Amino acid sequence: MFVRLSAAIAAVSLLGTPVFAQGAAKPTDPQIAHIAYTAGVIDIAAAKQAMTKASHKDVKAFAADMLRDHEAVNKQALELVKKLKVTPEDNDTSKALSKQAADKHAELEKLKGAEFDKAYAANEVAYHKAVNGALETLLIPNASNPELKSLLQTGLKIFQGHQQHAEHVAAALK
Amino acid sequence: MKPGWIFPIAAALLAGISVPAQAATLQITMDNLVISPAEVSAKVGDTVEWINKDVLVHTATARNGDFDVNMPAKKTVTSVLKKAGTTEYYCRFHPNMKAKLTVAP
Repeated sequence: MFVRLSAAIAAVSLLGTPVFAQGAAKPTDPQIAHIAYTAGVIDIAAAKQAMTKASHKDVKAFAADMLRDHEAVNKQALELVKKLKVTPEDNDTSKALSKQAADKHAELEKLKGAEFDKAYAANEVAYHKAVNGALETLLIPNASNPELKSLLQTGLKIFQGHQQHAEHVAAALK
Repeated sequence: MKPGWIFPIAAALLAGISVPAQAATLQITMDNLVISPAEVSAKVGDTVEWINKDVLVHTATARNGDFDVNMPAKKTVTSVLKKAGTTEYYCRFHPNMKAKLTVAP
């Protein structure tokens, strides 16, 4: 199952390097919670970077939307794991996600103005597409706790909206 | 006590002088990034209860600029409809969320 996530996330990387451990077992609830939370943290960091570096007002507004929504969803996720007494468990997928995000962050940091705007918007499209794919095919189907599953489903709905919003912003910049 | 005051009121009622129709309260809900009902008809003076069931902040922003309501997460806010007209409104933060409101004079 991790192979599919790997393929999806690899699309985010410009180099297309697969970053996931191969042949891993299907993720457990504590791992799923960790992956979903990490994915949110990554987009929050990207949004914060964009809020200081973006120049186009639509890009700035989009970044503010990402920050607001992902913080809200992650807050909800933390409350849920606390309630369920689940301790999110770090895992190779989370680590690979974080590593790739750090590389992307550094790459974007070097860009300025319209160049930054375009690269950030394009990455937001690709990133949401990859995470949504992972939610649909890997995280939601493998989540066993119904409340966790439901939160992931709500997340998917929200992030699909983000993807469309990002596509709209990216298209307008061209 | 002279019942003289009854007559003018009764006369007014018979003459068809109506008391203004009571303003109604409508509920519009935002749940899982969907606005329902998708189309609502109301009258000027009616109150809308905007119910946000999501953990996200939403807005109801009229395309024609007539209103812009902010709804914090998991909160209900009310607003009174002041202008007649039909407008589409959407959430500024989640532009996929759209609905229509018709306000009769």
